[in-house]
Amino acid sequence: MKILVCISKTPDTTAKVTFTVNNTKFAEEGVQWIINPYDEWYALVRAIELKESGIVSAIHLITLGNADCDPIIRKALALGGDEAIRINADSQDSFYIAAQIAAVAKEGNYDLVLTGKETIDYSGSAIGGMLAALLEWPFISHATHLTLENSQATLVKEIEGGEQTDQVQLPIVVSCQKGMAEQRIPNMKGIMGARTKTLTVREPVAADSFTSFVQFDLPAAKAGVKLVSADHPEELVRLLHEEAKVI
Amino acid sequence: MSVLIFLDQADGHIRKSSFEAACYGSQLAAQLGVPAETLVIGTVSDDLASLGQYGINTVHTITENSLNQADGQVFTQVIAELVRTINASVVVLSNNMLGKAIAPGLSVLLKAGLVSGAIDLPTTSNGFVVKKNVFGGKAFAHVGITTPLKIITLNPNSFPITKLEAKATVKPFVAIIPPSKVKVVSTKKVEGEVSLSEAEIVISGGRGLKGPENWGLVTDLAKVLGAATACSRPVADINWRPHHEHVGQTGLAIAPNLYVAIGISGAIQHLAGVNRSKTIVVINKDPEAPFFKSADYGIVGDAFEIMPKITEAVKKLKNK
Repeated sequence: MKILVCISKTPDTTAKVTFTVNNTKFAEEGVQWIINPYDEWYALVRAIELKESGIVSAIHLITLGNADCDPIIRKALALGGDEAIRINADSQDSFYIAAQIAAVAKEGNYDLVLTGKETIDYSGSAIGGMLAALLEWPFISHATHLTLENSQATLVKEIEGGEQTDQVQLPIVVSCQKGMAEQRIPNMKGIMGARTKTLTVREPVAADSFTSFVQFDLPAAKAGVKLVSADHPEELVRLLHEEAKVI
Repeated sequence: MSVLIFLDQADGHIRKSSFEAACYGSQLAAQLGVPAETLVIGTVSDDLASLGQYGINTVHTITENSLNQADGQVFTQVIAELVRTINASVVVLSNNMLGKAIAPGLSVLLKAGLVSGAIDLPTTSNGFVVKKNVFGGKAFAHVGITTPLKIITLNPNSFPITKLEAKATVKPFVAIIPPSKVKVVSTKKVEGEVSLSEAEIVISGGRGLKGPENWGLVTDLAKVLGAATACSRPVADINWRPHHEHVGQTGLAIAPNLYVAIGISGAIQHLAGVNRSKTIVVINKDPEAPFFKSADYGIVGDAFEIMPKITEAVKKLKNK
């Protein structure tokens, strides 16, 4: 059984967010890049667990971007991916990205494609669902558990105000969130081994883009905290009622 | 041409986030000079003609029991069929779990550009540009949709519900229901009385509360305010509180009118999930807690002494 895990490079949570080119582009200079946490902690680690349990024979990674992505791909390989594919293109449009991944998934004979539930930078939550529609495979979104038995998957997913257990025949696309697996740290053997694992760079296939980022801006700075004395907590209630008008 | 709004229901009632989507969609329809139409799937006991008060002209219904608990992909195909039938130009959904499961597939089926997590009406004077939060609430992006048909998912608690006096026409829609590829084995409700993602007030506790036995400090205030309860990541990780209450970068991102953080230091990962809240109150005994920098109001002091007094003061206010 073969799994394709989609990973994305995102700025570290603590990164300073600024923009360039008339506020049309995220300023990448000096930014620390990480693997999108949902892709890494949940999708990739669950794939590794499934491989460790003997059900899955190979984990392939896919990302879209330029050579700046290579360090995060190597990290994902160090954690436990077997080989990686990088689509050599630069795009923020979900449909374009999904079309690229779909092209690879179609010819790669995968049984399962895993994504994180969203990326922490653009929070699109779109790649998994688009990919499933392009491949005409079932899509399970916001999954918290995944087990495989022969060609059947059993999943628990979050639904509004609760959770739902589903059964579905492979191949499927799953978007993963907290609960799927626990974060891991690559060990030295993994890091050394990752250097020689295959990283294939492919040129993109022709695909449309449906959206484009027109402009970015930053929220207005907060006025600063208004402190209330611990001796008079009832004053806070008055402020929330009369000034902020939220209670 | 029209704006089609998909309304999500639970237990026979339209969800609050769907009323927000209805108001958003009908105001967008007015902006574009086209009618606002909605789709309700499953058996709903609400008076659907009254959706007119949210500016809706026509309500399309598919009253099929089997669709009370269906797979998102089945909904996607049914919505796509209605979009083609009524020639809708914009589809609006709530950016909740179901909306996130449906919208991307709909985008592919209809070749329609999708912006998820909108927080304001689009500007349509020059193109079609939708505003959303990006980088964990640290910035806004204005995203242009370049396809003729557009899909928007609206973040819960981002758009006010307004009412007018009008009735909508209710019409059954006869759809071809595709077979589901997913077998639903079971469903389980886990939320409290107030849905966390839809709540207007959220009271949240962190490790500063020292143990699950002290959670009355959070729940007592939540109860008098009709608020939902939440917690920080460490609290969920050590099982003081259930995981579905965890707000933050890896948990749920919320945007209530009022967020009260008790004994939470305010790590950047926590802020990423709550910094879209309109008013933030921080109660912490450490004056250096980073959360105070992002707060609107704060009290430096012992939550164990302060919280009962706040709850008392709110009770007094409510009884007035």
